[in-house]
Formats: sequence, structure tokens, C-alpha cells
Amino acid sequence: MSGISKERKRGQLAALSIAAVVIIVGVPLWWKTTETYRAWLPVSQIKELDILQLQLSADVEVVFARGTVTPEQQKKVPLTLTQDDEHIVDENTSLRYKYETKYRTATIMEEDALNQPTAAEADLSLHTLSESPCGSLVVYVIPEMSLLLPKDVDVYVGQRRTALLRIGAQMRVGRTLEQLLAHLEPRLKQVLQVMSFSHTDITAALSDRVRLSPGNKDSIADSMRAFKSSPGYEITFSLLNPDPQSHRLHWDIEGAVETYIQPLLTKLAPLANFSIDSQTLYYTMLGVNPRYDSTYGRYTLNSDSLAHVINPVEARLGSNAASSNPVLNFLLYVPDANHSPLHIHDSHKQEVISNAFHSPRWGGIMVYNVNDFHGPEAVFPVNINIDMTKVMGVFLAQLRLLLGVQSSTPPPGFLMAPCSSVGLADWELDRLMWSRTVENVATATTTITSLAQLLDQIGNIVINDNIAEQVSSAVSSLQLAVAELEAGNLGFALQYSKEAILASERAFFDPSLLHLLYFPDDQKFAIYIPLFLPMCVPILLSLLKIVSEARKKRKEKLAKKD
Amino acid sequence: MKTLTLLGLLSVYSLAASNRIHNQAAQFFSSGHTNNWAVLVCTSRFWFNYRHVANTLSVYRSVKRLGIPDSHIVLMLADDMACNHRNPKPATVFSHKNMELNVYGDDVEVDYRGYEVTVENFLRVLTGRLPPSTPRSKRLLSDDRSNILIYLTGHGGNGFLKFQDSEEISNVELADAFEQMWQKRRYNELLFIIDTCQGASMYERFYSPNLMALASSQVGEDSLSHQPDLAIGVHLMDRYTFYLLEFLEDIHPASKANMNDLFKVCPKSQCVSTPGHRTDLFLRDPGSVLITDFFGSVRKVELTMETINLTGTIVQVEQSAVNGELEKETLTYVDQLPVSEIIHQKPKQKDWHPPDGFILGLWTLILMVFFKTYGIKHLKHIF
Repeated sequence: MSGISKERKRGQLAALSIAAVVIIVGVPLWWKTTETYRAWLPVSQIKELDILQLQLSADVEVVFARGTVTPEQQKKVPLTLTQDDEHIVDENTSLRYKYETKYRTATIMEEDALNQPTAAEADLSLHTLSESPCGSLVVYVIPEMSLLLPKDVDVYVGQRRTALLRIGAQMRVGRTLEQLLAHLEPRLKQVLQVMSFSHTDITAALSDRVRLSPGNKDSIADSMRAFKSSPGYEITFSLLNPDPQSHRLHWDIEGAVETYIQPLLTKLAPLANFSIDSQTLYYTMLGVNPRYDSTYGRYTLNSDSLAHVINPVEARLGSNAASSNPVLNFLLYVPDANHSPLHIHDSHKQEVISNAFHSPRWGGIMVYNVNDFHGPEAVFPVNINIDMTKVMGVFLAQLRLLLGVQSSTPPPGFLMAPCSSVGLADWELDRLMWSRTVENVATATTTITSLAQLLDQIGNIVINDNIAEQVSSAVSSLQLAVAELEAGNLGFALQYSKEAILASERAFFDPSLLHLLYFPDDQKFAIYIPLFLPMCVPILLSLLKIVSEARKKRKEKLAKKD
Repeated sequence: MKTLTLLGLLSVYSLAASNRIHNQAAQFFSSGHTNNWAVLVCTSRFWFNYRHVANTLSVYRSVKRLGIPDSHIVLMLADDMACNHRNPKPATVFSHKNMELNVYGDDVEVDYRGYEVTVENFLRVLTGRLPPSTPRSKRLLSDDRSNILIYLTGHGGNGFLKFQDSEEISNVELADAFEQMWQKRRYNELLFIIDTCQGASMYERFYSPNLMALASSQVGEDSLSHQPDLAIGVHLMDRYTFYLLEFLEDIHPASKANMNDLFKVCPKSQCVSTPGHRTDLFLRDPGSVLITDFFGSVRKVELTMETINLTGTIVQVEQSAVNGELEKETLTYVDQLPVSEIIHQKPKQKDWHPPDGFILGLWTLILMVFFKTYGIKHLKHIF
């Protein structure tokens, strides 16, 4: 009897100890080993980044030339004023524009420079005196009677970072300094909007964060036309020769690129890397038949049919781009002898002077007529040297548009300096840098916040250490970029924003983050039940048996007591 | 009086002209996309699933005809039909009986073929999480102004789609993939077409904006195939895709047909199953969406009005001397490759490896059986 009860006790002890081992050791072990590895992410900082409060600071120097301020006013100048403009875009994004304006009078050397006969020369000599840093502006206020600017022009925007502003007629007789400043303010604001940043540009750059309802048509066209900010771009120049039997074409593309395109790309180096290549394609026709116009004696392409030109050509272009950077294609098409000369007409049947068209986010095509290179009795094939200056002029203009240099018309009374041979004025570069920095910051913040949200939502994704590293570096670069923007250091802000966007893209698109771990609940049961049920059933049953026996014993004891 | 009528005419004409320009500008901006992409996936393999490959290839042909270039199409096929041993006409895949139309052709560009068509690769293509060594042709390089067409065909069920008879993708995973695409702004608008049994279950779980979906059958219904070809011996196409292609044959790049026409393709009388569609997540009205917004690639074009006047002559690019060598040798391919060495190679001496586990185990077994049978005393002969 006692042997059986000893046996039973041993059995109960065994069952209890097994249950204890299973619960105390087994369950935590199973939990730990089936846990997915998730490195630590700075979630609180990422949440902070969700609320984006950008402050853009621009430094403006306003220099009064002789004749614009009276001697009493001159004593009160030099003067520094700060102006803040706050805009709330949506509940998570707000923008503040800070203009720090320094007023001073002109030095003698600057006065000499302003005494030049034309505005362009004045601009050049002013530039040799001082170099304004990236992101700042200098506005020279010249007297009303000055002969630098033509009669109906009030503002001249130079090729560097200077502008000449003509004072208005009301300021002729002595007024107070405050009135003078108040008179200048709207003009200055206009100049700033043209030369540094305007609210529409910045909100367009934020399109990744905020899907705004479309403003005016120009801004939509601009945002659709320009490529999005990318760490690099590939540019391909192609010469299309559909008729090699008639034309033997020679183009000095290497020299032309080196002379005309490379300076622009070198200037744009802080924004992105560029790689250029070129090719020649034979027997590639345009997909559209041009019509012969007898009034002009030439073949014409209507602007409506241009949209169907690109697709058949693109299939043949190919690209040797090894990276995933966007590709800009510039095509030079020499029409075949049967369809020469070929001109593009716009919707009003007017000839397009440049004979070229471009497609948003793709590139441009120019038609180059060669029928005046040879007489009617020429022996085919004719050797033709293509005039690269004219061609590159068109391609450079298209390149500017496609890279995001805005083509908005200047306000009335503004005279813009003609485009230099580099193709980009310094203030245009600043404008581009501002909008790209804001775009990079906006894109990087949305990437990081959506990555954090995704990783939070899907508990099964493994977060490796390198992803956590990239996220941390992206967060710190973003914070630095926003700080530099506030301080007004545009160059550093752009650099940090580029680093931020690279790190955030690398983290988001890391191949290890693929989530294939959606298990519906019935599949989870189907996997665990055959493993755990055979083990758990005996333990549970023995535990139940122990409990029921203990209860019985207690009942017996109580019954015995009674 | 005359001047009045003339003025009236002029004003009417200018109004009409500005209206037309306004309409054209409106067309430019209405769709909001600048490029088109297509991801066409056939999720079946094996000879009896010929019709799925023919489906996908026919859609591929239509999409190419309407203008989307190969560089913007990601085509995923098992590609085991054209050169299958059971194909009576090798190197062809037909989509009409009597072998009217060879959709395989000689310029088909398959980006993912054979065993590369997996759920993982499909999701990687959609979300962009490809390893850095992936070539451009295998990537979906869309941006926020791309319209993407996604076409899936194969065998499916309620809430899942079977990939190559070994794995499946669920509708939740697909919806999550689209959400990740939306988060990263990888599409402007997306059209999702699926031709499988119970296809409507695959778009039930979508929750991202700007998605429009069409399916060939509702939940609980089967999508049926169209017609067998007795010479080839299998069914050549599925019904829904067959009528979809008939519809697309009438579309040319300048066509103005809209999505409402697409929804009417293949009614129950022709398809036996009930096609379904889902437009509640789409922001624009389907009646204003052109078929060519997704199936074709109509480029927006602007005339270049400004040019830059360039002065200065071209600088001649000089060949700079490197290490005293002034001329670059032209490289010839044959010299670079040591052909004669490769042809006359002797077979390599293989290093000796100790016998691996299988041989060891086999010998151990033999020895154990021997000693069991004949007794342990024979061991002393060995030790």
C-alpha cells in the first residue's frame, strides 16, 4: 500500500517537476528563440521628425549708392533688420522664412563700379570687388535718374548674386529713413522671390510630404517637367541618322560637351553627379510622317504629332547606365534627304525657331536640317560637319529646364541678364539648391517616418544592425540639415540633406526588409499544435489528476474531521 | 455693321481658340503622369498551363504596340512553353486557334524567367528592395509620376494566388506591398488586372489611394479558358484575357476610349464568370481615365522656346600622355582571350579528399553486419 502511494507520490512529483520545467524553462526559451531580431531604432527622434518645422534664412545686403540717401539718413545707416514670415502648410509641416537685411552705404570702389555705362558691365565690376557666399544676395539701390537701366526697367538681375534696384520717383525729395525703407520693401520682396526662394517653389518642393491641390498651371508644369532630386543623373547624347547613304555626319561631341556642357555640370556638382555618354544610331526614323507644306516649301511636323515621335525611337536607344539614376536623353535628328528640310510648327502654324522639343522627365529632341550644306547637284553621300554651337545652345536650354531651373516669367519691370555661357546664373543655382534641400529633407523625413511606421506595424520583420545604423545616421543628418538651413548655410544644408536622403533610401530599400512573414492565425495553429499538443496533453492531464486527488483528499479530511 | 460682325466673329474665334488651348492644357495636366510602366506576371509553369503564358504574352504585345518600351516593362514568365518538348511548333506560343498569331515572336524580352518567378522576387520588384547587383532591366524604376499597369494570371483561390505550384501570395501581402509603394511614392496611379479563379478576392484588401482593380471572376467563381487548339493539345487563352485583347486591338495610341469601356469587357454571357472591378480608391472618375493612360505611353511634349546663345569655339580634347605612352592601342578581342590555352588544357589534378559521410556510413554498416553475423571474435584480426 505504502509502496503504491510512494509510487504515486513519485509520479506526482515527476509530473509537477516536468510541468515546472516546461513552464519556467521551456516557455521563455521558446519565446526567446522564436523572437525576430530587431535592432534598436531611435523611435522618439523619428516621431519628432514627423512634425517638420523648416526655417529658411537668407541674408540680404542692401547697399545705397550716392544720391539715394540724404546725409542725415546716411548717419542712421548701417542698420540690420530681420523679418519673419510664417506659413503653415498642413498640420505636420510649417515653414518660416527669415530675411536678415543689412543696410549700408556704398564704398568708393562700388561707386566707381556703378558708374559704368551699362548694367552688365557694372554687374561684372561689382562682382570682382566682392564674392557673396552661397545663399546670400546683394541689392544695390541706385538713384532714379541713373542711366544704368533703361526707362521702363526698375530692377536688373545680374548673373551672379547682385541686383540693381532703381529707387522710385516718390523718394526724390527728402523723406525719413523709415519711409524710404517702407518704400523699398515691396520691391525688395519681389527681388527676393525671384532670386532666392518663393513660397510656391518651396511648397512645390514639399510635394513628397504634402499632396497639395494644384496651384497655377505653371507650377504644375514645372513640377512635372523637372526630374526629382537624385544623387546622380546620366546624360546621353544621340545622333540619329536615318539616311546614311545621303549624309555622312560628323559631330565633335567630345569637344562640344567639354566646352559647353561640362561647365554647367561642374557648377551643379554640389547637387548631383553627372555622367555623360554619346552614341550614333543609323536607320532610325521618326515614327511620324511629316507633311509637305507647299507655301513654305518644306516638310512640317505638327506639335500634336510630336507626342508619338518619342516611343518608337526610345525602343532603339538603349542605355548603358549601370546605376539606377534617371537618364536624360538628348537626340539630334538629321532628316533624310527625301524629307529635308523639316521644321516643327506650333499650334498656330508658326515655325519654332529652335526646331526642338522636349518631354518632361525624359529629354529633348532637336531636328537639324542639312540641306543648305550642299547644293542640289551634290554627289551623295555628302560629308557634313554639324555646327555644335547651335546644337548645344538648344540642348543646354533643355537641360536647364529638365534639371529644374525654373522658367517662370519675371515680374514686370524686371530685366534679367542674358544667360552666360555656363548656362546658369549664381542666383539660379542658389534657388535650385534651396528647393533641392527642402525636397531632400521632405523626402527623407517621409521615408524615415514611413519606415518606422512599417517596422512598427509588422512585428515579424527582422531589423538588422546595418539598417539601424543607416536610420540613425539619416536622423542625425536630417537634424543637422534643418539646423544648417536655419543658420543660413545653404551649402552645408544641401550636403547634409543629400547624406540624409542617401542613408534613408538605403535603409528603406534594404533587401532584408522584405516581409514575407504574414501568417494567418489558422496557419499558426496548424504549425504549433502537432509540436506542442502531444507534449502538453500528458502534463495537463497529470496536473488535473493531481489537483482532483488533492481535492478528494481534502474532502476526505474534512469528512473525517466531522 | 460689318465691323460689328467682324468683331463678333473674331471674339468667337479667339474664345474657341483659347478654349481649345485650355482643353489641351487640361489634357496635359489631367492625368498627372509622365511615364508608364507595366509589370506582367504569369505565375504558372508546366505545359498544361500554356494559356497563362499566352495570356501574359498577348498583353505584353498589346502594351508594346501601344508604346511602352521594353525598358519600362517587367515581364515575369516561367518561359517553358516555347522550347517545351511537348510543343509541336517549337519557338512559338500561339494565342488564337489555327495558330494565327505567334505572340512569342523574336523580340520578346523576359526579365524574370523560369524559377526566378517567385513571390519574393515579385514583391521585391514592386517594393524596390532588390539587391544592389540587380540590373536596370529587372527593376521597376518608377517615380511619383508613373502610371503602372500590373497584370497577374495563373491559378488562384479565395485570397491567394499560386506561384509556380510551390508557394502562394496572399491578398494581404499584395495590399501591404502596394501600401509600401504608395509610402515611397512609387506610383501616380496603378491599374491592377488579374485573370485567375476567384480573382476578385485579391483586390478586396487594398487600402492605398489611386488604385483601380479589375478581376475576371468573383469570389466563388472560376475563370474559364477559351478554346483548345487540337494541334497543340492545350487551351490557348483564358476567356477574360481573350476578350480583353479583342478590346485592346481597337485601341491605338491616340484613342480616347476610357475605363468605363474596359469595365464592360467580357460580360457574363461571354465569360461565364462575372468580371468585377474596384474603383473606390481611385481619385479620378473612371470615365475620365483613358485606356492609353495605362496601356500606352503617350508622352507629354513641350516646344523648346528658348535657346542659349553660345559663343566661343570648341576646345579640342587632347589625348594626354600617360606614362610616356602617346598612343592608345586599339584592343582586339581575340588577343585578350588565351584561346589556344583554353582549348589545349589538360584536365586538372583533383586534390585527394578523405571519404565523406556516405561512404563511411556504408562501410560501417557492412562491418557491423559482418561482425554481428559471424561473431565478435573476428575483430581481433583487425586490431
